[in-house]
Parts: sequence; C-alpha cells; structure tokens
Amino acid sequence: MTSYFNEMYQGTSVRAPYARLQDWMQAMPAELRQMKQAEAEALFRRIGITFAVYGEGGDPDRLIPFDMFPRVFSGTEWARLERGIKQRARALNAFLVDVYGRGEIVRAGRIPARLVYLNEAYEKAVAGFVPPKGVYSHIVGIDLVRTGPDEFFVLEDNCRTPSGVSYMLENREIMMRMFPDLFRENRIEPVDRYPEILRRTLASVAPQKCDREPTVVILTPGHFNSAYYEHSFLADLMGVELVEGQDLFVEGEFVFMRTTEGPRRVDVIYRRIDDAFIDPLCFRPDSMLGVPGLMDVYRSGGVSICSAPGAGVADDKAVYTYVPDMIRFYLGEEPILQNVPTWQCGKAEDLKYVLAHLNELVVKEVHGSGGYGMLVGPKATQDQVELFRARITANPGNYIAQPTLALSTTPTFVAEGIAPRHVDLRPYCLVGERIELVPGGLTRVALTEGSLVVNSSQGGGVKDTWVLAE
Amino acid sequence: MLLTVDHKTRYFYDQPVRGVVQSHRLMPSVFEGQRMRRWKVSVSDGQMGGGFRDGAGDWVQGWTVLGPVSEITVHVSGEIETTDLAGVLRGHKEIVPSECYLRFTRPTEADAGLVALADGVNPASDALAAAHELSARVSQAIAYTPGATDAHTTAAEALAKGEGVCQDHAHALIAVARHLGLPARYVSGYLLVGHDGAPHEAAHAWAEVHIAGLGWVGFDPANRCCPDDRYIRLGSGLDSGNAAMIRGIARSQGEESLDVSVTVAQVQTQSQTQQ
Repeated sequence: MTSYFNEMYQGTSVRAPYARLQDWMQAMPAELRQMKQAEAEALFRRIGITFAVYGEGGDPDRLIPFDMFPRVFSGTEWARLERGIKQRARALNAFLVDVYGRGEIVRAGRIPARLVYLNEAYEKAVAGFVPPKGVYSHIVGIDLVRTGPDEFFVLEDNCRTPSGVSYMLENREIMMRMFPDLFRENRIEPVDRYPEILRRTLASVAPQKCDREPTVVILTPGHFNSAYYEHSFLADLMGVELVEGQDLFVEGEFVFMRTTEGPRRVDVIYRRIDDAFIDPLCFRPDSMLGVPGLMDVYRSGGVSICSAPGAGVADDKAVYTYVPDMIRFYLGEEPILQNVPTWQCGKAEDLKYVLAHLNELVVKEVHGSGGYGMLVGPKATQDQVELFRARITANPGNYIAQPTLALSTTPTFVAEGIAPRHVDLRPYCLVGERIELVPGGLTRVALTEGSLVVNSSQGGGVKDTWVLAE
Repeated sequence: MLLTVDHKTRYFYDQPVRGVVQSHRLMPSVFEGQRMRRWKVSVSDGQMGGGFRDGAGDWVQGWTVLGPVSEITVHVSGEIETTDLAGVLRGHKEIVPSECYLRFTRPTEADAGLVALADGVNPASDALAAAHELSARVSQAIAYTPGATDAHTTAAEALAKGEGVCQDHAHALIAVARHLGLPARYVSGYLLVGHDGAPHEAAHAWAEVHIAGLGWVGFDPANRCCPDDRYIRLGSGLDSGNAAMIRGIARSQGEESLDVSVTVAQVQTQSQTQQ
C-alpha cells in the first residue's frame, strides 16, 4: 500500500502552513459549506468561466469544479520552488536560442541531434533568429507534483501557451469574496499583479523596429476555442485588444490591426494559436486563423510573437528528459527541481523495461496533452494495458514511461465531508527583460477518490493556491 | 558563364482584390558558383516589406499590394555570373542543421514503390556514389512528360505513374535519399535551356543531397546531371511548397489565374567569343 504525503496533516498534528485552516474547517457546518459551494458555483457562472472538454462531447459550458479548501505553501517552501522554476525557465530559453543558433548542446553530445532537429516542433523557418532579449518562451508553465515535505518533481514543461492562469486569478477572487475573514487572518501573498507583470513582460520584448511605447495584442483563434474565455479575460485585465487573425494585416514592414479609428500598428502579439496556423504563407497554407505575411515581418524585426514560433521543441516530452542537463550545460548549476525518472521507449533497453512493467508505470504519448493517450498502469484494466502494449510496440519512439508517483494530497470538500485528494501545481513564470513569478499558481485536484489524474478534461477540479508571507 | 534572367509572373483576378501579400525567394543564393552582377525584383503597385536571410541562407522578402487591383506582375530581371562546381554548393552560409532535411513531408513520403526503388543502394560506404545511383534510378523510373502531373502530385504518385516533371523528379529523389538516411532538399531556380531540344522549362527545380565531408550536392534527375554553370540557384526547402519562389495570398473571394514567362539567356562575353 503506497502512502501519500498529506500536505495538511503529519500523523495527527497539523503542518504549520495549514494551522489556521484547521479552525476554519471545523467551524464550518455542513449546511454552510453546501451554501458556500452553491454560491461559488453561481459566481463562476456569472463570471462566465467555463471549460470546454476536448473530444468528450456533452456540455461545452461545463464548469470546472472549484474546491473551496485552499492549498497552502509556506514562504520558505515557495522560495525554493521559485528558485527552481526560474532556473528551469532560464535553461529552457537558453536551449531554444542555442538549438536555433549554433546548437552547442547537440555538438557537445549532450542531447541527440535527431531528437531536436527531427522534432515536429522544431521550426526550420526560425533557425538563425534570436528573438528580442533572447526569449522564445515568455510564459513558462511548469507542472509540478509533490511527494514529500521537500520532494517536488517536474512532470512537464509548457513553453508554448500554457492555459489556466485565469483560474489562478478567479479562484483567488472568489475565495476573497466568499471568505474575507480568511484573508484577514492569514498573510497571503497576492496574485492579482499577474496581468500587469504579463503586460510589462510582453512590452519588454518589443521588436527591433519599435521605437515607441509598444502596442500589445492577444491573438485568439476565436470564441469556439476552449480557452477563449481566458484570452478575453487576460486582454481585459491587461487593457489590450483581443484580436482574431482577420483583424490583423501586414502592410509593408509592419503588422496592423483594424480599429474603428483606422489601422493601428501592432508591436507585440501574445498569440494563443499554434505555430502551424499563424501564417499561411510560412506554415499551413490552409490556415484561416493566422495572418498572411506575419513571419516575414517577424523575422525582419517588425513585430514580436509570444511565445516565439519554434518554442515547442523545448517542451516535447522526449526533450524533457534532458532539461536537467540543459541546466548544467547552460547555467553551470545543479537542478533545484528534479525530473521524474523517465524511460524513453525509443531506446531498446528502456522499451524492454517498460513492456515488462506496464502495470506499474504511467505511459504517455510524446506529443500528447490533456491526459489523453495516457496509461496509468496500476489503475488500468488488463485490456487497456494490452492495448498500450500493442501501441508502444508498433511505434516505440512515440511513448515515454514514468513511475507512478505518490502525489501529495490536500483536504478537499467531498460529498461525505472532507477527504484527502491528490493535487498538482502549475505556476506561470514570466520571462522578458526580467524573470518573474507571482507567488501562486493553479492547483488542480483529482476529485475522484484515489485518482491520480488531475486534468480538468478528465474530471479534475481546481483550488485556490496560497503562499504565506514569511 | 554570364546569364541573364527575365522572369514575369502575372496574376489575374476575376474580381478586384482588396490586397495581396507575398513572400518571395527570388534572390540568387550566395555561394562560390554564383556572382550577381545586377538583380532586381519588382511588384506592380507593391510595397516592399520586411526582408531577411533565413537559416538556410535564402533571402526571403515580403511584399504587399494595397488593392483594389485586378492584376499584378512580379518581375525579376538580372544578370549573374555562374561557375561550374560540379553540383557542390561551396561557400554557402547556412545554419540549419542537415538533420532537419531528414523529415518527410506529404509530397516526399517514401511509399513501398519508392522504398523498392532505393533497394540495394547503400550510402554507408560511399554516400556520393549512392546519391548518383539514386538520381539515375529516379531519371529512369519517371519519364519527363509535361502535363502528366500537377503541383500537388506526390513523389509516390509520380513514380506509380512513371511520368512527371522536374518537381516530381526532385521529390522522388528527396524521398529515396531521406529513406536511406541521407538529408535531402528541394531547390528552386532557373536553368539555361540548351539547344539540344530538351523541352525543360527555364524555371527549374532539382534536389540537393547532403554528403558528409562534402556538404550539399545538387542532383538534377530531370536532366540526368548535376547542376553546372547553366543553373541559377535561388532557394531551398523540404519540398516544392516549402522552397517556393513566390508564396502569396490575395484578399478576395474570387478566382485567380496565372501567367508565367521565364527567359534565361547566355551573354556572349569577350572572352567567350574569343574561345
């Protein structure tokens, strides 16, 4: 029987960061709790924050379940996480500049050339280009899990356009509205500076040809996109325009947006569209979402694109294995946050081990996301295991495997009362002229008893995440 | 050899368009085999956009045309001195690693037919000889037949048909080379059409294969040779779409038609006339 680290209780004693929540929790009768839960749901509905679940059908406006029990870090715990996250964000960006430049890490034999240059996410079109301030990934979402008091592991890096930050902000907003006393009694670091820091970060990477206060926009694929709410939410909070591809056009050396007062030059585009769709002249010619000619303007220094096209090669699940090496190679430092040990099925020896231990491992597709195309060995039926055995054998390079981690739990409100449920954490590190991290992130919780899958698309919920001021 | 180029591409729109955006690869590559004397690209009513040298060494130039227009002309005219380097792309500056050109794309996918075509060729001992052999096999297997294929035909389809044009030859050679682990790419450019009756068009395409120790080497299966001083190299890519000389989009609902004329001629210089 695996034991799990409970972030609130050590045996019968309460861990320090959760001390005040003990009284709060005990003072709340079941009826009040149900009332508050209904209130929270009504608030989320009114704000309009919903999440469309990919490929599952059903109600696209389904709410992500919100759990009112906060997840808490002490200032000391957070300080270490912050150092580790920033270290990783620096190394990932150094890697991107390198592999689109001289490729020193490949020449030094620290990472196989094929893994980088044959990667689908490697964009030949940007080789030789160094984006402003040497930043490819401006918003790095690093998924972390905890297995003990000081044991944190990085599950994956998200270097393109990690979503979910609107939940971090909304969860806090709602908690503050519903439980103002909690925020008076606890010294909780604020997260509401995030939109302003994001705006500043984006403005700090204005292109070479920009000689004025840069105009920043968010480029969305449109309202049918599952994260559209987040796009418009962030645009509102930053005070920038939310645009679709058809609102932008290239003329001469620059990109413009159509406005009621005529065309206005755009300097920085925070795009929430995949590389393949941003410019039909450079990438997929059938894309209707992008801006024709955008890449020529970008490469000639007329506009900045965040994240920079090509950033995805750093967050590939096979490249992930090499991030600790990147930290050593580029920064000359030892990694503060550990990787989860990973077997690459593309390697013969690893494949043999994985096939022999499928019942114990978590198997993921190299390019998969959202918890799809994933096998959780200990929870899987024999049929599922055999299905994956066949898939892996047919295309080993497409799979990696990791041990089933004993994810920490935090108390969570469930039908029967309060019970431990497994959680992870996605903080959002901002990289521009400076590297910044607001104290907090998105905690996802697996609401089903015993489940280790926290993805919102697979029945996960969210919690407010507190960092206590020291 | 001193060559002149006159290349006009005319786009006709059945309804006036609100605007046109294009991305060009129309400047000669910079390497030891080519020395540009003069070169000019113009776009009727066009505004020159951003330009840059990309990681593969090509000059990419953006253009925009503000409508309404019913017709635009892209005109390339220039004069260039070429030297025969037996296909070797010597002195060409680029940063894209050759491994990038092992990636298959839709037109260069190696199906069973292409795999069979490469059967028995082993690049391990002598990659250059292997590339020559592959090029010869492609020439043999796909007869030059204008009109037999179109712009979207894949290497596999052209091979199955046994007919094609230079684009199909290049795709087929790329497919078999990559299949054997040799990086290969598509090159677009111009060709001085000889008086030997070969009906090949002056806007031409061929392939380059990366040979360890030698670098990129051109092969033209359509003409059963390696590029020499009759060839003018402009740009490269993973396949014809990726290496296109002109990519563009018109903001309109209507139909577009195209008229292309290319003339490549040799300038008789003093020294040559004395020979």
